[in-house]
Amino acid sequence: MSRKRSEEEYQKTRSFRFRQWLGGEKDPFLDTVEMKAPNAHEDDPESVQCVQQIAPEASGETAAHTDGKKTKRKGILKQGGSGALGMGGLDMDGKRTASAPLSYEEEKKARLAAWVYNSDRNRDIRAFRGIYRACAAVFCVFLLIMLLTAVSWLPTEGEEDRPVNNEVSARYIESGLQETGAVNIVTGMILDYRAFDTLGESHVLFAATMTVLILLRLDRDEDKKKQHANDRIYEPKNDVILQTVAKILVPLIFIFGIYVILCGHLGPGGGFSGGAVIGAGLILYVNAFGFAKTERFFTAKTYMVTSFTALACYSLSKCYSFYTGANEIESVIPLGTPGAILSSGLIFVLNICVGIVVAGTMYTFYAMFRKGGY
Amino acid sequence: MELVQNFPFLTIILALFSGPLCSILKSKAAKWVNTIVIALILVMSVAVLIFTIQTGEAYVYQMGHFSAPWGNEIRVGILEAFMAVFFCVVMLLCMLGGRRELAEEVEETKQNLYYVMVGLLLSSLLALIYTNDLFTAYVFVEINTISACGLIMIRQNGRAIEAATRYMIMSLLGSGLLLMGICYLYDLTGHLLMSNIKEQVALLQQSGEYHIPLLIAITLMSVGLAIKSALFPFHSWVPDAYGYSTLSSAAILSSLVSKGYIFLVIKIFYRVIGFDVIRESKVINVLFVFGVLGMIFGSVNAIRESNIRRMIAWSSVAQIGYIYMGFGLGTTAGMIASLFHILSHAATKSMLFISASGLTDVSSHDTDFFGLTGSGYRNKIAGVAFTAGSLSMVGIPLFSGFISKVLFASAAYDTSGKLIPAMIALALSTLLNAIYFMKTVIRIYTPPHRAGIETDTRTITVREQPQKTVVLVLFIALNLVLGLGSQPIVNLLTKGLEMFG
Repeated sequence: MSRKRSEEEYQKTRSFRFRQWLGGEKDPFLDTVEMKAPNAHEDDPESVQCVQQIAPEASGETAAHTDGKKTKRKGILKQGGSGALGMGGLDMDGKRTASAPLSYEEEKKARLAAWVYNSDRNRDIRAFRGIYRACAAVFCVFLLIMLLTAVSWLPTEGEEDRPVNNEVSARYIESGLQETGAVNIVTGMILDYRAFDTLGESHVLFAATMTVLILLRLDRDEDKKKQHANDRIYEPKNDVILQTVAKILVPLIFIFGIYVILCGHLGPGGGFSGGAVIGAGLILYVNAFGFAKTERFFTAKTYMVTSFTALACYSLSKCYSFYTGANEIESVIPLGTPGAILSSGLIFVLNICVGIVVAGTMYTFYAMFRKGGY
Repeated sequence: MELVQNFPFLTIILALFSGPLCSILKSKAAKWVNTIVIALILVMSVAVLIFTIQTGEAYVYQMGHFSAPWGNEIRVGILEAFMAVFFCVVMLLCMLGGRRELAEEVEETKQNLYYVMVGLLLSSLLALIYTNDLFTAYVFVEINTISACGLIMIRQNGRAIEAATRYMIMSLLGSGLLLMGICYLYDLTGHLLMSNIKEQVALLQQSGEYHIPLLIAITLMSVGLAIKSALFPFHSWVPDAYGYSTLSSAAILSSLVSKGYIFLVIKIFYRVIGFDVIRESKVINVLFVFGVLGMIFGSVNAIRESNIRRMIAWSSVAQIGYIYMGFGLGTTAGMIASLFHILSHAATKSMLFISASGLTDVSSHDTDFFGLTGSGYRNKIAGVAFTAGSLSMVGIPLFSGFISKVLFASAAYDTSGKLIPAMIALALSTLLNAIYFMKTVIRIYTPPHRAGIETDTRTITVREQPQKTVVLVLFIALNLVLGLGSQPIVNLLTKGLEMFG
């Protein structure tokens, strides 16, 4: 036997929520998750107007939220959702943008611009695009065929008399341990035999970070505030699951990263991999707890100073070893017993330097792309 | 080993170190650190040049405790030291000449990052000049690419960022091809050290083994570096990158960054593969064709351009074409001509950029052609420098451009089959150069009231811009030195090239 439920009662049921969620109208976690209204919209009169238009409509649809503030938030959420994420209440928002106050002249101008710049209508642009794509495809296929042909002509993989099996690799393998003191031959190669390349490589990372800073760092105070307020509007903050997991995992990740760096000369690992692990740990930490907590111990200033110190230390120690090496002066740095933690001379120090630079680079990339500064 | 012999590696490390140091300093301090470092490197490079001229032979400097095929090494001769000195001079002048624009166009808080990029760029240029190891060269090519991107986009307007994106895409394609070429070559020879690769390649060439992959490796490396140095069909990023970046960046990019890659091409031709093998591989014929096409098309596009900075940028495409045409002649004389044109173009192009910015300053920052009417009267020194640069690019005697054209022509005379196309291209390109440069010179010396055009009436005297005046005078002097004292320089280059291979 069925009974007709009242509208209000119906809206409290799970099936209603499920249907709303399915239709993209409602975030099922809206009630439980703290959603923050972006400040940017508040001083933008147009969007506020839009919000006010939305508010009664939205409250009409989902009468469960009678609280005015909440509906306003929801309205913004929807508007943002349709604009930025392209999901949720598309048709409704489409109508709304069309009805946004535009004078006749403005609308005419906008339509004309849309018509002029619409590349689908312009035959020349379309033809050019077609030719361009065809050329790109031909180029890629040509390059592919050429490279594959070349690979098939190269010395066979795994044969004994390949040119690469020569005195160079033989010496690395045979006497790498005695000459560098590193059990891990790869570390010995990159940080001792060919340390100049690695010096350049760590500066590549540094240069990349600086370029990202140039592009994305916000230096004006108002920009910073705006971005800080807009940081993660669409994602949950203070997620209990994430925070609990991070609390357990982050210390382990840090310890593991430090282990990988410090034992880089003894086994698989080294500055690059260990630094990446630590950087990942930092990113997880900031995701769980927000920038307020990480900024207690790691700010942009800290990054600059640590990476400068690490790179300066690297440059100076290599200066010493290049100078002594070329002038045939005996180096005073002991290699130690291979296998001990404090062994292999400079490699140990250089691994730490590289690790610091890599970890800082990873975290800085993340912070810059997320909110343009930290 | 004498103390001077340590200087090349010290200059590289010093420039590399100045990058991180500038990142923690305030903009003003960073500016001074940068200037002092470049000046110091200049002094050290001059000492190295004098040392190499005195000893008359190249020496190898071992980087670390392990000798060559196992460790890294750098190799210093007359040509390398001379290039280092020249690059430092141009870099210093470019930085001084663009200082005011830098202060105006770049956010105060980000100016120190500009000096970080310049430091890293200088170190990569020096490393490309000195290195004797192919993989080290690749690592520093990476630094060069990234810092050049930073230099373009530090002026945060839409066009500059778009230009940086284009530059990055094209440049990374070039780096990728270069890296693949290096990988192939390593697989074929088992070495990364340049001299060892050359021995192995000579053996391979004798036995005829691996002919195809060797050819493909040469092609990949040449094409990769040609893309990075903006040879004709790969030049699409040039006008925006040089036209919309801040002044110092445009000057440095056009006169130094592309030249660093071209120097690496010469190094690969002479020291890695061997010039005979290159000549037999016919790769140079391809370079010749594209060089000639670039000479013509770059100039034609420059004529069509109405924005003065983009016009100068298009002219760069044509000049890069000249350099590759010189490679394509396949003779030592052609190579000398190309080397001289590297110097001549670097000295002239940066002067043109700096003087053009002086002209636009007195035309309410209007880069459009008509806005510049009569600007040569309003900013006298910029007008004189622009005229001198134009005359040099066209190839009027007394200036450096004339010498490089004479060298190209006489080098083409000794080749079989390339004489006629090279001569026609030279004549045609000179004519086109004259059209667009003289058009601009006439425009900047046309009194506005006679042309019937309303322009800005602001004037800038020499006293108001002492720094720029000094820079422009030095650039004109450099041009005249290259143009009038060309024979000793050509002799030096010839001697350097002999000990280069």
